[in-house]
Amino acid sequence: MAKEIYSKYPLIKYLRKEALPTALCPGCGGGTVLNAFANAVDGLKIDPKDLVVVSGIGCSAWIASPYFLADTLHTTHGRAIAFATGVKVGLPDKKVVVISGDGDLASIGGNHLLHAARRNIDITVILVNNMIYGMTGGQVAPTTPFGAKTTTSPYRNIEHPLNISETVAAAGASYVARWTTAHVYQLIESIKKALQVKGFSLVEVVSQCPVQFGRRNRMKEPAEMLRWFLKNSVPVSKAKKMKPEELEGKFVIGEFVNRERPEFVTELNKLIDEVQEHFGLKGE
Amino acid sequence: MIIRGDEPEQVRLIKKLYKPGNYFMQGNEAVAYGAIFAGCRFYAGYPITPSSEIAETMARELPKLGGYYLQMEDEIGSIAAMVGASWTGFKVMTATAGPGFSLMQENLGYAVMTETPLVLVDVQRSGPSTGQATKGAQGDFFQARWGTHGDHPIVAVSPTSGQDAFWETIRAFNIAEKLRTPVVVLFDGVLAHTREQIRIPDVEEVEIAYRKLPANEEEARLPFGDPHGDGVPPMPLFGHGYFTHVTGSTHKENGLRDVYTPEVHDRLVRRIHRKIEQNRDVYEKYEEHFADDAEILVVSWGVTARPALGAVLKAREEGIKAGLFVPKTVHPFPGERMKQLGKKVRAVLVAEMNLGQMILEVQRFVNDDVLLKGVNKIGGVPLTVEEILREIRGVA
Ligand SMILES: Cc1ncc(C[n+]2csc(CCOP(=O)(O)OP(=O)(O)O)c2C)c(N)n1
Ligand code: SF4
Repeated sequence: MAKEIYSKYPLIKYLRKEALPTALCPGCGGGTVLNAFANAVDGLKIDPKDLVVVSGIGCSAWIASPYFLADTLHTTHGRAIAFATGVKVGLPDKKVVVISGDGDLASIGGNHLLHAARRNIDITVILVNNMIYGMTGGQVAPTTPFGAKTTTSPYRNIEHPLNISETVAAAGASYVARWTTAHVYQLIESIKKALQVKGFSLVEVVSQCPVQFGRRNRMKEPAEMLRWFLKNSVPVSKAKKMKPEELEGKFVIGEFVNRERPEFVTELNKLIDEVQEHFGLKGE
Repeated sequence: MIIRGDEPEQVRLIKKLYKPGNYFMQGNEAVAYGAIFAGCRFYAGYPITPSSEIAETMARELPKLGGYYLQMEDEIGSIAAMVGASWTGFKVMTATAGPGFSLMQENLGYAVMTETPLVLVDVQRSGPSTGQATKGAQGDFFQARWGTHGDHPIVAVSPTSGQDAFWETIRAFNIAEKLRTPVVVLFDGVLAHTREQIRIPDVEEVEIAYRKLPANEEEARLPFGDPHGDGVPPMPLFGHGYFTHVTGSTHKENGLRDVYTPEVHDRLVRRIHRKIEQNRDVYEKYEEHFADDAEILVVSWGVTARPALGAVLKAREEGIKAGLFVPKTVHPFPGERMKQLGKKVRAVLVAEMNLGQMILEVQRFVNDDVLLKGVNKIGGVPLTVEEILREIRGVA
């Protein structure tokens, strides 16, 4: 059955067939993210041979590794960006993409996220923010909304969520955008832009986890979560004019930054050139 | 881009930059030059005493050779970046000390499971914890062996001098490449900071190995297979259009995850062990001095092997039949040779700068009728010839 459904899917050529069907729950936003990524790659006509996809550990980490048919590196929890850094230095002409969860990239891996943005290394990060630890059974995450219920905040979450996009923008990324899984076309366009930007780019996708998040917060159905996203999304431009109290519990969507800054691997190679020149080491 | 280190352009650069001859340098610098001669062109690290001069030397020298120095945000990131770079074809190294080594353990296990060649230099310092941060020690013998989780093999080498550090670092790279595995270099803070005469050879005197690449599409499709029966799969590098999937989860020969089938896990983990066991000739190495007719055998490693040799020479002058056995590859332990030597001697003294670690390995290979005793010292000051000699006399 699953095979039949997949065979009708026009972008099946981008997927590793022997790894299908995916392990994601029905209605998980991860499917939307994989679809959007495949669409962006297809839209830009990127040869998958020119892609390396890296992920950490978690449900979202599985979205593209192993399912996307490219060189894929499924790493340890939190460290995907650091692994990707080594890959990018070795393969500066390839597109290096990290797709992983909010827990993976912004909690345990928060340090690597900030420093990759600071270096402005040319890696595209698609961060799937489902506001929870899905894979480990629905524990509280640094992105869980204030007041929400999870298995480790059974009464209510008393911690404030991290605003990932704003933080990464402040750290120095070249491109940062946030959408939800209810904004598929905008999401595809942003992933395309991110893939073309020379520098560190982050696309944060607020995504539904009906199984671990929705169920405990009166949104069992995936559609209920999507409606929640739509109803509470505020474009960045409008959000700028709003007071912090008004933005409480809202999803600010759109582009946060899009700018040019010297890129890390380019600078590394420039430095090597200068050093070799300086010491008279250039080949004849 | 793949730099192997033995391309004509690299050989030209090395010849131009490093004239063969004797230099006065630190053990740490010797490690760095060893790595450069072995073909290392990617270094990712995070500073920590007493290893920092390795990073400093690499930061200064690598760009001259077209190589990359990355100072990462921490040790976890450093070893992660190395694994990523190794899959693009680089020979990679990092250097650290106890606390950093602890942080690297999870990804060291990842490198074992994904069969990623890399060299990790642990310049051992005094611990536990921050201990005497600037002082040398030999307390990470078992951290190297059992620091990460699960059933896994590990290869660790340990140099006994600055000169030795140059060659042992090269050997570590060659083992890593031949067996597609991480290799630990257990160095120490004493030798790391000791300046002595070190001979830099001509690059042509250095034998360097490079990982096996897939011979055809079929081999490339099985990045974790065993087509040659030596347990070592050819490594399909990223960026060549093979669509390789690499995961630290239990995987089949094609790289795809299967964590539910007991046989798949059993087959993978046993092969990774077998790869190390059946290739002993690639890494086994030890040194012996007067061991053949010894009645008292001193076993020592790393920095302590030097005063141990001094003590054995002095004991011989006094007419005591002492000998010395120095494992240079400390993991897997040269147990067979230890067993043979253990049969011939009356007493075995294990000298090390810790409260007794290698002695537990030695114990597994000597009979109960042999007097086995540790010669141990902690506090950051190495054992002296006199201290070890006193113990030899004590059992003579
Ligand atoms: C070092 C380490 N700590 C903890 C875990 C357990 N763990 C696996 S996935 C995960 C959370 C993943 O959350 P997230 O990245 O948000 O992904 P999701 O499953 O929600 O998509 C955790 C804590 C681990 N694998 N490694
Ligand atoms: S647990 Fe949540 S995040 Fe994980 S696959 Fe299921 S719905 Fe998706």
